[in-house]
Amino acid sequence: MQKIIEVSNLVKKFKEVTAVNKISFDVQKGEIFAFLGPNGAGKTTTIKMLTTLLHPTSGEMKINGFSPSSQQDEVRHSFGIVFQDPSLDDELTAYENMEFHGVFYNIDKKTRRKRIEDLLKFVELWDRKDNQVKTFSGGMKRRLEIARGLLHHPKILFLDEPTLGLDPQTRNHMWQYVTELAKKEGMTVFLTTHYLEEAEKVADRIAIIDHGEIVSMGTSKELKKKTKSKSLEEAFLKITGHKIREETASSSEFFKRRFGGRR
Amino acid sequence: MNSVIYIMWLRQLKRYWRSKARMIGTLGQPILFLVALGFGLGAVFQQAGQGSYVEFLAPGIVAMSILFTAMFNGIEVIWDRQFGFLKETLVAPVLRIKIMIGRTLGGASVAFLQGVLVLIISLFLGFHITNLINIPIALIFMFLIALLFTALGTAIASLLKDMNAFPLIINFIIMPLFFLSGALFPVNDVPNFLKIIIRLNPLSYGVDGVRGALTTSNFGLGLDFLVMGVGIIAVSLIGSSLFSRIEI
Repeated sequence: MQKIIEVSNLVKKFKEVTAVNKISFDVQKGEIFAFLGPNGAGKTTTIKMLTTLLHPTSGEMKINGFSPSSQQDEVRHSFGIVFQDPSLDDELTAYENMEFHGVFYNIDKKTRRKRIEDLLKFVELWDRKDNQVKTFSGGMKRRLEIARGLLHHPKILFLDEPTLGLDPQTRNHMWQYVTELAKKEGMTVFLTTHYLEEAEKVADRIAIIDHGEIVSMGTSKELKKKTKSKSLEEAFLKITGHKIREETASSSEFFKRRFGGRR
Repeated sequence: MNSVIYIMWLRQLKRYWRSKARMIGTLGQPILFLVALGFGLGAVFQQAGQGSYVEFLAPGIVAMSILFTAMFNGIEVIWDRQFGFLKETLVAPVLRIKIMIGRTLGGASVAFLQGVLVLIISLFLGFHITNLINIPIALIFMFLIALLFTALGTAIASLLKDMNAFPLIINFIIMPLFFLSGALFPVNDVPNFLKIIIRLNPLSYGVDGVRGALTTSNFGLGLDFLVMGVGIIAVSLIGSSLFSRIEI
């Protein structure tokens, strides 16, 4: 098996707070890898570092064989991402958002048009393609973001809590798309979610992160066995404890409010 | 890869075109200035032997409307940050400088169009263009003003995360820029200290360029062009360095 994501001793400090503390893990090509953890555990910070949005304080990363710190362009071509919060332009239409992405990733016009049509049909938004995104429901926006993230044939798809706030129907549908595509295109999926039954269902392997450190890693079966639990949720709670975490710590808002200035 | 610049430019224009309220809303202030000051102070101006005030004022108000629209363009950087679209552009495999250039050109085009609209309206309020041949030169200066202050607004926005702080800071900057630029009054007969301030204000040269092309210039169009050009290059360099340092 070929490693497509390699991380070793990755650290990210924001002033005195250590958000990610010496984590190491690998993801195999074609694998669906779930990154689970309570709020503020460091999931999003890790994704931001892997996707070139944040510079790590120290440690090594390789995405598709390239370094996110020094080979940003190659890395950026290798992945697609669906962020935790929406990242569409509401004033543009669905088609324009896709078109925009296609131009950004330098996909030639003919391939772009064809692929946009295929993907919009795939996520069942083709008949709404000329509507402005601001008229879309939350679920439709998510689907559009997924379609957009796939437009440039990424080798890795990052999904940061992609099903947050979606109804069970849409969630089900979405995972169906994603797993189907992963299989069809040999795509690697790196996801975070708070819905543990989802992770249990779709993920080949799971890492549990807490207080910026990876506390456990393995298949869902292994994690359950290790903690003698019936469900992944039970295993998760046994590993990370029952204490409620500071809700805002996962978002950048927390750092903004607390420490001000740029990150 | 210049298609990236093009599509960023196109995006700004589409957003402008789709928000008609914004387009019409930003016309209100310049029209008010033209009517209230143009007609209100017109008689006094004429009695002082300076000729028609509307003729003098119109290029200044055109410059004002461009200045305001251009500077406030910067807020789109903050919107994009707030509503997430900035992330989409920042993870894309394109040079940040291209995003910055496309954004600035787009914003400048919007501000320029706004200026053209005000210029056309001023013709109905008593402004006469004496030098028809020089209209292209006036348009060039209008675009230079748009470019300089869109770049400045974008640079300031790159430093800020707070949507509420931006308009306050921008207002704090544009008011003195506007009032001390010779947009409203002739700069020859003012006290010396004011003359120096006006000479240091880049907008003065933009205003003078537009006015010079359409009626008569004070500093000379060559100097106007030079100052605006140097200003644009300097602000763009600073702006792109700030923009490329944005982390989410």
